[in-house]
Amino acid sequence: MSEPVWIAGGGVICGIGATLPACVEAFSRMQPGMEEVQYLHTVHRGVFPVAEVKADNATLAAQAGMPAHISRTALLSKIAAQEAWDSTGLGDLLQYRVGFISANTVGGMDKTEDFFADYLQHPNKGHLQQVVHHECGSVTELVADAMGIRHQVATISTACSSGANALMYGARLIRNNIVDIVIAGGTDALTRFTLNGFNTLMILDQQPCRPFDDTRTGLNLGEGAGYVVLVSDVIRKHLPNAPWCRLSGYANTSDAYHQTASSPDGIGNYLAMKGALDMSGLQPKDIAYINLHGTGTQNNDSSEGKAIERLFAPDYPAVSSTKSFTGHTLGASGGIEAVFSALAVQQGIIYPNARFATPMKEWPVAPATVFSSGNKLSHVMSNSFGFAGNCSSLVFSKE
Amino acid sequence: MNIYIQGMGCVSPQQTAAEGPFLAEIREYEGNRLKVLDPDYKQWIPDANTMRRMGRVVKMGIGAAKLSLQHAGIEMPDAIITGTAYGCLADTGVFLTRMIQGQESALSPTPFIQSTHNTVSGQIALLLGCHAYNSTFVHKGFSFESALLDSIMMLREKPAQQILIGGVDEITDHSHTILSRFGLYKQEPVRNTTLLQSGTKGTIAGEGAAFFVLGTAKGAVKLTGLDTLYKPASQQEVSSAIQGFLATHRLSTADIDLLITGRNGNAGEDDAYTQLTQTLFPQTATAAFKHLCGEYPTASAFAMWMGAQIIQQQQAPAGVLYSGTAPQQLNRILIYNQYQGTHHALILLEKA
Repeated sequence: MSEPVWIAGGGVICGIGATLPACVEAFSRMQPGMEEVQYLHTVHRGVFPVAEVKADNATLAAQAGMPAHISRTALLSKIAAQEAWDSTGLGDLLQYRVGFISANTVGGMDKTEDFFADYLQHPNKGHLQQVVHHECGSVTELVADAMGIRHQVATISTACSSGANALMYGARLIRNNIVDIVIAGGTDALTRFTLNGFNTLMILDQQPCRPFDDTRTGLNLGEGAGYVVLVSDVIRKHLPNAPWCRLSGYANTSDAYHQTASSPDGIGNYLAMKGALDMSGLQPKDIAYINLHGTGTQNNDSSEGKAIERLFAPDYPAVSSTKSFTGHTLGASGGIEAVFSALAVQQGIIYPNARFATPMKEWPVAPATVFSSGNKLSHVMSNSFGFAGNCSSLVFSKE
Repeated sequence: MNIYIQGMGCVSPQQTAAEGPFLAEIREYEGNRLKVLDPDYKQWIPDANTMRRMGRVVKMGIGAAKLSLQHAGIEMPDAIITGTAYGCLADTGVFLTRMIQGQESALSPTPFIQSTHNTVSGQIALLLGCHAYNSTFVHKGFSFESALLDSIMMLREKPAQQILIGGVDEITDHSHTILSRFGLYKQEPVRNTTLLQSGTKGTIAGEGAAFFVLGTAKGAVKLTGLDTLYKPASQQEVSSAIQGFLATHRLSTADIDLLITGRNGNAGEDDAYTQLTQTLFPQTATAAFKHLCGEYPTASAFAMWMGAQIIQQQQAPAGVLYSGTAPQQLNRILIYNQYQGTHHALILLEKA
């Protein structure tokens, strides 16, 4: 049950790059992905900047080797999951017991929106092909089927912490000897449903977002997918290269405060970070870098800061929010940031926090603002906190 | 280590949420859509404003969750895990409709806030003030099974826990209209009480919530095993999987006292159950449940509730039996459910 679970590889597609190396390049050149809406059909074009994946569905479909009419959520998922698998060098996937645990919050909503416009005219209208993959689980199955994964397929949806929970469930499947390998993470495409939803909550910034800055006024939405490949100790010995790192700790807690807002003291955030540390057997001082949840809303960043202060003060690790580059990719964010964090351990990367100028009153700690690699990072933490109080933290360790 | 069902609660189209004899009377419905019999949710949700904002699916989930906690005699679980394929359809439908009709302007946040799939688990945690592990699985016909597997794995890792786990889904007017267009439901007049004898195409839509408290301290019913099979290539693969599953638990098909199948009145799908029972379980009494709760992706949660009740009460009500005669001693029940031919699940329950 306490068998180590290793990270053997990872893949990301998001607003700053179509591959993981492209994303790292964007960080090193300080090139965030927020721009005016280009691909999503919405009246809010020109109002809210978003970090879209810079390709239309036909291009993504060709890259994914899937039909162009299916949900963008599935296309993004396939591209990142395939990159993650290929990065391991394990070869033919069909020779292993593999699970695909993918998180998302929108499923095929991008297509359902188009269907619904016709359907609302008359209940017999609208192409059924556009709603057949509405369910979150359907998106996961499109990708599992395309990759030939059958042993375990599951979908998790815990809002903005979804992707991180996929890693926890995946690690459990390996430790319980149900599968040997799990491709775990999340995906979400930008939709009108989510853009308008976050707009009603009045937490979208009309400027590029400024996480952990005192002048922050909200988040920017993004889209993408990110997956790590979790492997057992036995599979680790078959890897052509050394694993990136080990998933040494994780915890999921509930803030139990409000359906959408974080508690002022970040109790759920604190308990998640504390739980993940306890599981990894580490002390706060052992964590060298935290990839923050860091959405850029007043409430989120303040709660996260308070929780970090309670656990880590007075000696803080380096921190930064990569959402200042990728936007908030919702169900994908836990997966994307898990890949960034695992790579951080392997390559000693501290990612920059874009547009930081003024420390917050509540927690006057400055996040890292420049890209650096080759740092000695033995342990890295990744935070993902979401709607309905879902809080998750992961810890990645060198050994 | 054994895992026991220490408490259970069910909100369904049958009288399952109220005190009274177990499925003594089967509620009869006409038409291809079964609706839950709403219990008085005020008993569990004291704040009227909170309750008014909650969707039906959230209330159903809270009702079943609270019943199972009461039954287990606990107030605070060590984890809350929900399986829901569709999530909060009603609020999703409201937000989507207003967004399209209002051309993305003048929208109220409430339906968006209530539309996320983790609302049921989140609201249970809020109501209980529970800071523990909280997760939501949203995988079609495996939503409940994934939640159950997560619970089992968590108990294996840390036995001293009591986990609240359940499955819930709702039907809305929109979802029923759209799913009907896929040809899932019967076109001709239908009664749930004769559904399984219809011999025609299609089934009836259902909804409901069933929650359980699982733990390692002894309870009346043991959850012995769970297995899932995704997109089997043939009926032969299903048969082998069932035999393999039983062999893992050192059992053969003859050791099963009652087989509960997911028979749903759709002639095409039911043939597969008939064939399987005739070859693997020729002597075994069989029961069904979808004429009681209807067909939906998390209906297996209702089946587990029903199976656990049968073992606990040591009686299989006449209204649930499909073939054969249930033996006096009901020590071991196998539930075999399949959803649309793609999601096959096995749950093994035993008398503790």
